[in-house]
Amino acid sequence: MAYSATAESHDHHDHRPSGIWRWLSTTNHKDIGTLYLIFAGVMFFVGGSMAMVIRLELFKPGMQFVDPAFFNSMTTVHALAMIFGGVMPAWVGLANWMIPLQVGAPDMALPRMNNFSFWLLPFAFTLLLIGFFVPGGAPAGGWTLYPPLVLQGGDSFPLAVFAIHLMGASSIMGAINVIVTIMNMRAPGMTLLRMPLFVWTWLITAYLLIAVMPVLAGAVTMLLTDHFFGTSFFSASGGGDPVMFQHVFWFFGHPEVYILILPAFGVVSEVIPTFSRKPLFGYEAMVYATASIAFLSFIVWAHHMFTVGMPLAGELFFMLSTMLIAIPTGVKVFNWSATMWKGSLTFEPPMLFCLAFLFLFTIGGFSGLMLAIAPADFQYQDTYFVVAHFHYVLVPGSIFTIIAAVYYWLPKWTGHMYNMTLAKWHFWLSTIFVNVLFFPQHFLGLAGMPRRIPDYATQFADWNMVSSIGGFGFGLSQLLFPYIVIKCIRGGEKAAARVWEGAHGLEWELPSPTPYHTWETPPSIALIHKGGEHWTEDGDDA
Amino acid sequence: MSQSHAPPDSSKYYLPHGTPWPIIGSVALFTTMLGVAAWLNEWFGPEMFALGLTLLAVMFVGWFRTVIGENQQGVYNLDVDRSFRMGMIWFIFSEVMFFAAFFGALFYSRTLSVPWIGGEGVKVFDKIFLWQNYDAAWPTNGPAHLGPRADGSFEVIPAFGVPALNTAILLTSGITVTIAHHALKAGNRTVLKVFLALTFLLGFLFVSLQAKEYGEAYMHKGLQLSTGIYGSTFFMLTGFHGLHVTIGAIMLTIIWLRTLRGHFTPTRHFGFEAVAWYWHFVDVVWLGLFIFVYWI
Ligand SMILES: [Cu+2]
Repeated sequence: MAYSATAESHDHHDHRPSGIWRWLSTTNHKDIGTLYLIFAGVMFFVGGSMAMVIRLELFKPGMQFVDPAFFNSMTTVHALAMIFGGVMPAWVGLANWMIPLQVGAPDMALPRMNNFSFWLLPFAFTLLLIGFFVPGGAPAGGWTLYPPLVLQGGDSFPLAVFAIHLMGASSIMGAINVIVTIMNMRAPGMTLLRMPLFVWTWLITAYLLIAVMPVLAGAVTMLLTDHFFGTSFFSASGGGDPVMFQHVFWFFGHPEVYILILPAFGVVSEVIPTFSRKPLFGYEAMVYATASIAFLSFIVWAHHMFTVGMPLAGELFFMLSTMLIAIPTGVKVFNWSATMWKGSLTFEPPMLFCLAFLFLFTIGGFSGLMLAIAPADFQYQDTYFVVAHFHYVLVPGSIFTIIAAVYYWLPKWTGHMYNMTLAKWHFWLSTIFVNVLFFPQHFLGLAGMPRRIPDYATQFADWNMVSSIGGFGFGLSQLLFPYIVIKCIRGGEKAAARVWEGAHGLEWELPSPTPYHTWETPPSIALIHKGGEHWTEDGDDA
Repeated sequence: MSQSHAPPDSSKYYLPHGTPWPIIGSVALFTTMLGVAAWLNEWFGPEMFALGLTLLAVMFVGWFRTVIGENQQGVYNLDVDRSFRMGMIWFIFSEVMFFAAFFGALFYSRTLSVPWIGGEGVKVFDKIFLWQNYDAAWPTNGPAHLGPRADGSFEVIPAFGVPALNTAILLTSGITVTIAHHALKAGNRTVLKVFLALTFLLGFLFVSLQAKEYGEAYMHKGLQLSTGIYGSTFFMLTGFHGLHVTIGAIMLTIIWLRTLRGHFTPTRHFGFEAVAWYWHFVDVVWLGLFIFVYWI
């Protein structure tokens, strides 16, 4: 796991081609991280504008703006764009940027494949979005692609399947790169239990990705053959079962939600200690909790299927296994809170977003526990309560921490401080509006409003209007984010090497902005020790 | 594109600077997949698909030439070698999970959904109201008796015929590749070349016997992809496996051509080992197939 130094294939090693070819051919982890983050940002706005269409149509009962088929395309492609185009690439981008810096590696282990993982993504989403312009319109059967509905789609169906294949290939290659980088490229002395938690959570995320993305590929391949080649995997007349698709899909789908959130846990575990000026409470417990969550994520999938008619033993098993996840998650929330206990807290934008995460993700976690109760889920299934639950864990959960991570490391990347006042405005507007947007959806769901419909009974009108107002407010306030980031790239107050005085870790030992190549000679043991305030006494010798 | 000006320094981790192949690969895969979708949707014929595949082949040849060339120059030190190994192991793990999805479909339908359609347990109303005359026994093409024959019948391929022979062939090829590996480590190039050649010949023999069996199933046994859940799981599992054997045999051939050119040393031969691991992987998958698809 050691390397001594890097060999450069050019004499003057800051050489890089200029123009578009630099970005098409780059093998540099910082370039590729930037590409991923830009792509994710674009997809957040593409998926976000679809959410605006949804909230616009739901502003009032009755059909106002779009036809029902287009509405269904909006919910379907909004989800696919946000999950596979927004959150996942954003995490891979952050992994690309930060993991080599944090473990003292000169780059990702397999730089050419790194480029491949990124460039597959724009092509995958081109395939998906072409669907809007073919007969039958874009996929409209929901992002979960349940047969038989999805098999009745128009010409966009095979495009969506192949888009998912490409996204899967991209994710698998990205994950292989992360694992190999962490296992093989750590600087001498950077033992496993000295790694920052962002590295740890990503290591476990990468394992989940390699384990489940191929299963999704298999599932959509069976859909494809059922549609075009006469197989009957999901058709009872041939001896198959549409419910089987749900099992295969959610065997992927539940670990997938941890793929979206585990790196967030890593970011929170970096940011809270920095702005509490205290080492993370229970570093090792955090590592074990993350690993336990990852393990449990493989044996809970059918909690998405309580109402399909499973045997009672199945209902019980999946209910109880799901509830177990509350334990390691509780450990995490406790440790983050304990880290802040008696710390000297300051509230810079990354900390603010992580604090919002702590409260709001926990709300999403609790509604998840409610959904895990099989008999209660018979009431909640396919209502807005589910929509409220997963948006609470994904928006103030994953997306807030992605924003926190950008606000945390942006000065390191660009060498400039950003406009703190505007970023705090971004925080307050986001946090207020995200609650106006999603909290009423709990009430709507409990009152019985079904999800994925363009129209609803008038009894749901008030809270839908409130939710839509929250949605427009949230959407508009996100425009601050690219403005702040672009302004920061263009210039601003010079950032110090240790941007936040409470920050620890190898990335803060590098100048801001980071040079194009870093850690070409590995950091010294002394430097690694200096960064390692989070170690327990055990970890020191691990 | 990267070129070395100075003699390589193998004490350092080699990092390439700039590469055209991934973007070519992305364009190729996009063209291929848009081509297949266009073909399936009957927008136009397979031309775009063929163009994509050609580009893909160009990408693979170009990318591997670059890497093999760098390797022959000696720019990859042992750390790079270890990265390649780890990468290959995790890639094979992803392949295992891909097959797991189809094995999962087989096990689920055999042990759960087919008995349920037949009215097992609380699903008795399936029997009473839907399919009175269906007795759910494996192999099955479902209550609608899907398949090419008018009477809805079909026959399966017996395990102890060609499939058993194919099992012997693949297991033998697993042994020959191991002999070749030991010969490589011992520096015995003649044994290496002979046994490596034997390995890929056995691989291609397997594929051609499998193709013959497919012909038999399609022409004479009423067993096709559309023959209900049995045909679906049978052809999906054996088909993807056959594709993997074909790819593996092509890779073995390339490795063999490289040994003829004097590539690989007793201590450094990642390319050889990666292909050997892959070959053992398709071997193990086949054992699963032989037991669960053909035999029991
Ligand atoms: Cu779940």
